[in-house]
Amino acid sequence: MAEIRLRNIAKRFGDYQALHSIDLTIADREFMVLLGASGCGKTTLLRIIAGLESPSEGEVWIGDKRVDDLPPRERGISMVFQNYAIFPHLTVFDNIGFGLKMHRLPQKTIRERVHRTAKMMHIEQLLDRYSGQISGGQRQRVAVARALAMEPDVILMDEPLSNLDALLRLEMRAELKGVLAQSDTTAIYVTHDQIEAMSLADRISVMHRGKIVQSDSPVHLYRYPADRFVAGFIGNPPMNILPATPIGDGRWQVANREFEGPRVDAKNIEFAIRPEDMHLADEGIEGRVQVVEPLGPHLLLTCDVAGCPFRATVDNDHAVNPGDIRYFAPQPDRIRWFDPLTDLALA
Amino acid sequence: MRPHLLPWLLILPVTVFLGVFFLAPFVMVAKQAFVVDGVFSLGHFAQVASHWKFPIALKNTLLLALAVVPVQLALALLMATLVTKMRKGRDLVLYIWTIPLGISDLAAGIIWLAIFEQSGFLNSMLVALGLGETPSVLLSYQSPGMVFLAIALAEIWRATAIMLVILVAGIGLIPKEYHEAASVFGASPWQRFLRVTLPLLRPSLQTALVLRVILAFEVFAVVVALGGSLFPVLMSETYAYQFELLDSGGAAAIALVILGISVAFTLVILRILRVPKGAQA
Amino acid sequence: MSGDMRLASRYLYGATIALLTIWVLVPLGLLLINTLSSPEAVNAFPKRFWPEFDLGSLRFFAGFDGMIDALFNSIWVAGLTMVLSILIGAPAGYALSRFDFPGKETFRLLVLLTRAFPLPLLALPMAIAFIRLGIDDTIFGLGLVHTMLALPFAVLITFSLFSGIPIELEEAAWTLGCTRFGAFCRVVLPLILPGITASAIFAFVISWNEVFAAAVLTIENRTLTAFLLQNLDTSPLHLKFAGGFILVVPALVFIFAVRKYLFAMWGIANR
Repeated sequence: MAEIRLRNIAKRFGDYQALHSIDLTIADREFMVLLGASGCGKTTLLRIIAGLESPSEGEVWIGDKRVDDLPPRERGISMVFQNYAIFPHLTVFDNIGFGLKMHRLPQKTIRERVHRTAKMMHIEQLLDRYSGQISGGQRQRVAVARALAMEPDVILMDEPLSNLDALLRLEMRAELKGVLAQSDTTAIYVTHDQIEAMSLADRISVMHRGKIVQSDSPVHLYRYPADRFVAGFIGNPPMNILPATPIGDGRWQVANREFEGPRVDAKNIEFAIRPEDMHLADEGIEGRVQVVEPLGPHLLLTCDVAGCPFRATVDNDHAVNPGDIRYFAPQPDRIRWFDPLTDLALA
Repeated sequence: MRPHLLPWLLILPVTVFLGVFFLAPFVMVAKQAFVVDGVFSLGHFAQVASHWKFPIALKNTLLLALAVVPVQLALALLMATLVTKMRKGRDLVLYIWTIPLGISDLAAGIIWLAIFEQSGFLNSMLVALGLGETPSVLLSYQSPGMVFLAIALAEIWRATAIMLVILVAGIGLIPKEYHEAASVFGASPWQRFLRVTLPLLRPSLQTALVLRVILAFEVFAVVVALGGSLFPVLMSETYAYQFELLDSGGAAAIALVILGISVAFTLVILRILRVPKGAQA
Repeated sequence: MSGDMRLASRYLYGATIALLTIWVLVPLGLLLINTLSSPEAVNAFPKRFWPEFDLGSLRFFAGFDGMIDALFNSIWVAGLTMVLSILIGAPAGYALSRFDFPGKETFRLLVLLTRAFPLPLLALPMAIAFIRLGIDDTIFGLGLVHTMLALPFAVLITFSLFSGIPIELEEAAWTLGCTRFGAFCRVVLPLILPGITASAIFAFVISWNEVFAAAVLTIENRTLTAFLLQNLDTSPLHLKFAGGFILVVPALVFIFAVRKYLFAMWGIANR
């Protein structure tokens, strides 16, 4: 049983506030991804859970043990580092068995477990090598094997795939997901790559400026961004945002069109739609096409809508040229509304 | 143990050691120099400065530094640029060029004595080439120029390596791309050296010059080995005051003069070669 | 550039390197010739430019009254300097590379500052202090002063060595069950040992070569450098050359042993 609870975690480095009162519960066996741009505090949060940093305020609970005063070795965690941190003076076997040896397990158990995890990660043939003699992808596998061999309650991963090239990353991503699904381990995974986050996570926590702005399942996060930051951060290209002015009775003027919206008393709010949630139509939001980018399966159009930049992805059988005036019809159920004062989504 | 106490615990031994063997002796030497019969006085300085040998020692020390350091700087820069371009045999050449780094000034003095003494290799060669009949005394009070030359050569031979090492390390830290960029934009090798290498090398030049200049003011055993008392320098005067005149106040006064010159030159070098904030590589 | 000019510049390049190599090696060779010649040959004129391979000079050196004692004094002092400077310096180097703590910059500055001083001069007041402490004219006392000379280098070199070991390796060891000390012993120490050895040898050579402080602080228990310096006026040529040769030998070994680290050490010590 290893549920992780973070209560009111704050971290200051001198005058700089890296984390603001983080509250987060991660369920037993859940795969949680901390997603955010660099400098958002996600790695700091992971390191606080690992015990490599201590929080300025707040409590860290792993299972029913409060751990924020415990050193890393007493927390029942193991970790995969961004640069793998394979001990260069030890063989792959000794690297994977390092933690087991530290916990004074019998030789026989160590040997069995090292072989089992090595097999699981497809590196049995490398056990006698040193880290200088294996490739980056293989080092990555050793790092994961070393963490898994501990059979930890919690496995922490700090951008473990970011040093691999694109193809290897894709391969390791799937493998990692498979291996972890079979184990009983709670996983926390830090990344700045939203595709990686979506593909791996049971739940994603989006972090921004030292705060968690939204924790949700990947699909929900994509469909229902809680605020403008998430709307802009998740999805590539990001959500389009246009100003909306009230007409009354829950109806809003957006560019040249009227839309049914939230019944709130505000001077202006914001209309948001994902580029792929629209199609070209005879009538709709009017935009002048500025750039046409063929992306294979579809075309990405960058347009000017009433002075605002506006992107849409459309089928590649349309013939669209820069300078054309086109009309975009949004799928009504995919329209979101934001309050520009609070940046929060309006129901 | 509280983890944040650990770093202080780790630096405590060095701090104590520096306090006892660096700061305290510094204060003691100042006290010796400035106190005569229990009261503050510049007596030691006045007495030392009025000795006929002092201006000569001061002049010799400064002249030697002035003659040696620029040559060493140029030589070290030349060696460093040559060696960074090398492909084959780089390690061997670097090993040979850095050997003098490990050689003491006394040994260096003795080595050059083998060349310059009366029955030495220089005279042997001159005679063998028919440029002289009998060996002449090269290192005597009648030939101060030759004494100076011998000492300067020994110093250049011995102590260029320290600058070389610092500069080679410094050049190693400069990313190749800057050179490639410069050559793409049409800079000749000489321009690249002048406009890219030298400015980016400033921190290393700083370190190399500071270390070297201080060592130049400390010059002692080379001078004693080659010139004996023919070529008084500040350091040998300090030694003479301490042991021959048994005047530790005078020795301390000269020591402070050396210290003062060293610190002054360090500040000047740091000032001239300072790297503007934000321009660090 | 024409082919001829390119060829010429290639030759110039090679010739400059050869010339500089000769410049460094020839004086050493001449010392070697003198050392490996009989005392008679050393004092004769003109000199031969080839050694006789006669051990007479070295035998004279070994038999010279007090010389062997001085040699051993030098070894003891340098050994003590080596051990002390690493034991005292390495922890500070580790602290500088691994921690951010208030006063770190001041500390670093203090260490760097020592390099802007002619340190051997500080032996002058120590001579008097050591008499009061009863450690005047001892190997221990001189070892302490030589440790002072070697310590700034030991701190800065170990700092750069430790900085070369990614902190993640230590952190990984912590998460795998090591204490801080355990991680240091099992991960950092094996990786850093060759570098520590190199900086220890460096400390040894600093002490081995030091002349001024040794001459000021020892009277009866002279080190080799101090002994040679003291007897420069009176000793015959062959004794000087044999002594110089003995002084030089560790230098050759030292540079060879640390050649891999020499540049890495200075590259970071610059900052």
